[in-house]
Amino acid sequence: MPDKIIAVLEQREGKLKRFAFEVVTTAVKLANELNLEKEAVVVGSNVENINEIGNYGINKVVHLKSDKLANYSSTGYAEVVANYVNEAEADFLLLSNTALGKDLAPYLAAKINAGLIVDAVKLDTSTGELVVTRPVYAGKALIDVKFKTLKKVLTIRPNIFKAVSNNGSTPEVTVKEVNPSNLKSRVTSFKKSEGKLDVAEADIIVSGGRGMKGPENFHLIEKLAEALGAAVGASRAVVDAGWRPHREQVGQTGKTVSPTLYIACGISGAIQHLAGMSSAKYIVAINKDKDAPIFNIADYGIAGDVFEIIPILTEEIKKIKSQ
Amino acid sequence: MNIAVCVSHVPDTASKIKISGDNKSIDKTGVTYIINPYDEFAVEEALKWREKSGGDSKVIVFSVGNETSKETIKKALAMGADEGILIKTENDFDSSGIAKGLSEELKSYNFDIVFCGKQSVDYDDSAVPQMLAEFLGFSCATVVVDLKLEGNKITAEREIEGGREVVELELPTVIAAQKGLNEPRYASLKGIMTAKKKTITEKPAVPYENQTEIVKMNTPTAKQPGRILGTDASAVTELVRLLREEAKVI
Repeated sequence: MPDKIIAVLEQREGKLKRFAFEVVTTAVKLANELNLEKEAVVVGSNVENINEIGNYGINKVVHLKSDKLANYSSTGYAEVVANYVNEAEADFLLLSNTALGKDLAPYLAAKINAGLIVDAVKLDTSTGELVVTRPVYAGKALIDVKFKTLKKVLTIRPNIFKAVSNNGSTPEVTVKEVNPSNLKSRVTSFKKSEGKLDVAEADIIVSGGRGMKGPENFHLIEKLAEALGAAVGASRAVVDAGWRPHREQVGQTGKTVSPTLYIACGISGAIQHLAGMSSAKYIVAINKDKDAPIFNIADYGIAGDVFEIIPILTEEIKKIKSQ
Repeated sequence: MNIAVCVSHVPDTASKIKISGDNKSIDKTGVTYIINPYDEFAVEEALKWREKSGGDSKVIVFSVGNETSKETIKKALAMGADEGILIKTENDFDSSGIAKGLSEELKSYNFDIVFCGKQSVDYDDSAVPQMLAEFLGFSCATVVVDLKLEGNKITAEREIEGGREVVELELPTVIAAQKGLNEPRYASLKGIMTAKKKTITEKPAVPYENQTEIVKMNTPTAKQPGRILGTDASAVTELVRLLREEAKVI
């Protein structure tokens, strides 16, 4: 019997997250290339869009259902998924490297005694064996790494492996009522940050650095971000100075991001910052100092005054968007 | 309250990374090693919890690594931790190996709370705290930016996409600290002097074989520098045109 890969899918508030479909597509691809059986597992109470999984190529879906798991519980999720994995005799679990996936994958690996590789950006099976490429040192280096264990847990970086819908059939969903006994860690509520997009999820990021001169000038960054439908990011210097909250920090002690467009305003480009954002598809830099290291990796640069340029850029963008 | 804190000795974040001759690891020549930045938040939190709980509470620092990791243990001792234990190995363990090394040692104590950094800035796995919790049978919260004790329950707030999750935890627990949890203190001169008298005990790490294998390490291909379109607002029109027509991103 061939081995089996299970796509472990993330839902929040009863809806599968968009990154879940990237996991499905990737699981299908790996299953084809490595000759594996495939299925998907969703944990939670009620999940409304579970049938969408079929559009991405997996027809066997197992819903591990419990009202106790309406909210995320690392211990509870790990328990019910590990039990199911043993029962289904699966060897390979695939998750997205989101906040939930990052938290859960190591538990699962430890529980089922699997090898763990996280944050994959490339998967190569051309030798018949899976070789995973992933960034280390916040992207200053890349490693090719492989599993030495029969059981494997792998997470893939969000936004890298695109979900491909092929409008497949409605999947066969099996609901299994579960009753987790270990709820030692459990989420009781969620505090949404003030209506803003998160840098970790955004397709476009507008970031500000020390060149913005003070927290009172960040409304310029916010307005440009708003015009673009982008998230606001920040350099370590301005976070450490207390101008911006840490959740906006991009770089080695903040978030590593791979958006389609990254606009760096008044950011000189310290090595820690570049490590966190240089995998953006397009980089724009606006900075007074034409010798700033940020220009070495920017596709387009304006070596000028952020206070002059940002408002005009914002207006131009607004014009286009209103057309 | 019995408090543990786990620390890791890592290359300074300001280091340029060069690949060594084996093409599987970094060239350590000229690289400065520091306490993992997230571990400083873990140490600070451990010290705060010791101060709050009073009595004969102690903070014990653990690290898995070779002799040089003692420098990082000393840093934690200089900040105010009470004693250090080096779980010694010359091997470069994967996260599971580090968690095993730690759990084999930690299980013989009676810890209420174990603090770690949310990830070490070398391999960036973000995996040791959860694996340690699993091996010890503890609860765990990662990426923690706020922590409170109420009775026998701990409430942690963890950063996730778009906000914070409030997590209720049963003791004993493992807490993986994120930047923002606190402001780590600087080691005072007195702290540094006192740290010299504190003991660091060496224990051998349990034998372990890595579950993953690095076959190659390289540095990402350097991006070609792009174009500087101008030095003032007159360049904006061209920038917008390029973003629309060439990059097709807006």
